[in-house]
Amino acid sequence: MPLGNPKDFWTGVIYIAFGSGALIIARDYGFGTARKMGPAFFPAILSIILIVIGIISLARSLIRPGTPVGRFTFKGLLLVTGATLLFGLIVRGAGLIVAMPVLVIVSGYASRRFRWPAAIALALLLTGFCILIFLKGLGIPLPVFGPWFGG
Amino acid sequence: MELLTNLGLGFATAITPANLFYCFVGVFLGTLIGVLPGLGPTATIAMLLPVTFTLPPVSALIMLAGIYYGSQYGGSTTSILINVPGEASSVVTTLDGYQMARQGRAGVALTAAAIGSFFAGTVATVLLALFAPPLAEVALRFGPADYFSLMVLGLLASVVLAQGSLLHAVGMVVLGLLLGLVGTDINSGVQRFSFGIPDLADGIGFVVVAMGMFGLAEIIRNLEREEDGTAEVTKITSLLPTREDWKRMVAPILRGTAIGSALGILPGSGSILGAFAAYSIEKKVSKHGAEFGTGAIEGVAAPESANNAGAQTSFIPMLTLGIPSNPVMALMVGAMIIQGIQPGPSVITEQPALFWGIIASMWIGNLFLIVLNLPLIGMWVRIIMIPYHILFPAILVFCGIGVFSLKNTEFDIYLMAVFGLLGYLFTKLDCEPAPMLLAFILGPMMEEYLRRALLLSRGDPLVFITRPISATLLGLALLAIIVSALPALYRKREEVFREE
Repeated sequence: MPLGNPKDFWTGVIYIAFGSGALIIARDYGFGTARKMGPAFFPAILSIILIVIGIISLARSLIRPGTPVGRFTFKGLLLVTGATLLFGLIVRGAGLIVAMPVLVIVSGYASRRFRWPAAIALALLLTGFCILIFLKGLGIPLPVFGPWFGG
Repeated sequence: MELLTNLGLGFATAITPANLFYCFVGVFLGTLIGVLPGLGPTATIAMLLPVTFTLPPVSALIMLAGIYYGSQYGGSTTSILINVPGEASSVVTTLDGYQMARQGRAGVALTAAAIGSFFAGTVATVLLALFAPPLAEVALRFGPADYFSLMVLGLLASVVLAQGSLLHAVGMVVLGLLLGLVGTDINSGVQRFSFGIPDLADGIGFVVVAMGMFGLAEIIRNLEREEDGTAEVTKITSLLPTREDWKRMVAPILRGTAIGSALGILPGSGSILGAFAAYSIEKKVSKHGAEFGTGAIEGVAAPESANNAGAQTSFIPMLTLGIPSNPVMALMVGAMIIQGIQPGPSVITEQPALFWGIIASMWIGNLFLIVLNLPLIGMWVRIIMIPYHILFPAILVFCGIGVFSLKNTEFDIYLMAVFGLLGYLFTKLDCEPAPMLLAFILGPMMEEYLRRALLLSRGDPLVFITRPISATLLGLALLAIIVSALPALYRKREEVFREE
């Protein structure tokens, strides 16, 4: 059977997955009664509604044609989310002086117009600016040099 | 005539040099934190509460109030420029405001937001002056069942604003409600959906979700457009609205002000619900409804008016009855108590200078804000003229540090990345993120109202239909669904007939 509507199909799949997951987890919380709602009451009802919507979406995808999802930019997706995750991982250990340039350069690489000189300049500028405003100005507890680098 | 005497007293109090100064400081700070994603009025006011102890009560409240409604102005700036909502009530502004910016009309969008906000703020202040006590009475009539139904209506109405599939939007609403429930359940102490991660015990922060789903996701989308070759270079066409723009702004500003003022009175998320409702209603009512989502100026003017009006009218229950309608108002109550003033119905009569002084200062504050913000628009617009491949790493840096600064945990940075991925995915699948955000904020509140309603009715679910206000609201919700689904049904029937 040809997949008429991939957007509906995958949305349905995601909704069913989330809904089922939430329902399974919520079962442990105690449902309670209508009069005295337990912690699982509202989540369970919501999960069921979500699953139903997912099923409708799935069913609809097999009946009605739709537009394809369109190409993903895997490069952009991976580099932007990856750079952010990386930043989170190393910021406390390595300090801002390392983590920020990493964030700027790794994410910047996703753009076609990335050039090393401009990127490095931007990294240094932003790092200096942020250290001034966020660390000295607002006192956010992030190290400039982290313990990995003798901070 | 008593009104004039009262207003006279109010203005006399408000225009002393000291109070003018504090008003200015308040709105300036407010605008600043509104622009900075991450820091919000609640956190700022909480931080400044000790400072207000040393100030006279009127000055303290004038300044704090200025921070609050000032932040509604600033919140729209980042929404329009980089698709990151600075405040929860500015989420809806991203829909058309950012599109306008992409078309080179950022200046126009910012102006529309400023003008709308100013008008709404002034009108709401007048409402405050004239109708504070009776309006507060209206709010008192709402019981938990009514609030629950109001939120159901608000959520369903917000589905209308979705660009893509309505069914998907409803799903996003439910998903948002579920995500809002992550964390510790207040009533039972049970940790829900936290997978044992301590950082999730307090739930997911709004800023994390907003920056991820709106900020990061948009960056990725722009990179995709760059690859496709469909990225437009932003040429600034004009800073000022055209005559056509001005004409189109009038009705949405009026409607937005009305809706925002009405919803702001009700305890809860008045300002946010007002903005969403104003947008949805405007979309259905406006001649240019089809343009919404692609850069319609009405889509900026209406919600921005609504959220400012809501910010002012949310003072009504607090000033007249001592009941705070949102966390910021609760802090104001705290500030008053610190000053030795007991908030409640007696404040108007026992402390007229305070009451009317605050109201007068709100009008002055709105004046300050428009004078502050309009010239700044030129500066803001210049920022987005920076080549995108240099701008977006900077946005990422600010989001990263901003998100970290909330709870000092890297976990929020990871979460933001995850929501960035989800946000990108959802937009590829025609699932609108804005309703999800409203649901995310309303989720815990809805559950609480549901619980209370059922507790009071001893488990009887019919209470939602037997209470008149609740029944009306649910009826409206049903109407909203039918009206939205009707065009689709008509199309189906046409197809069937054509086949025959």
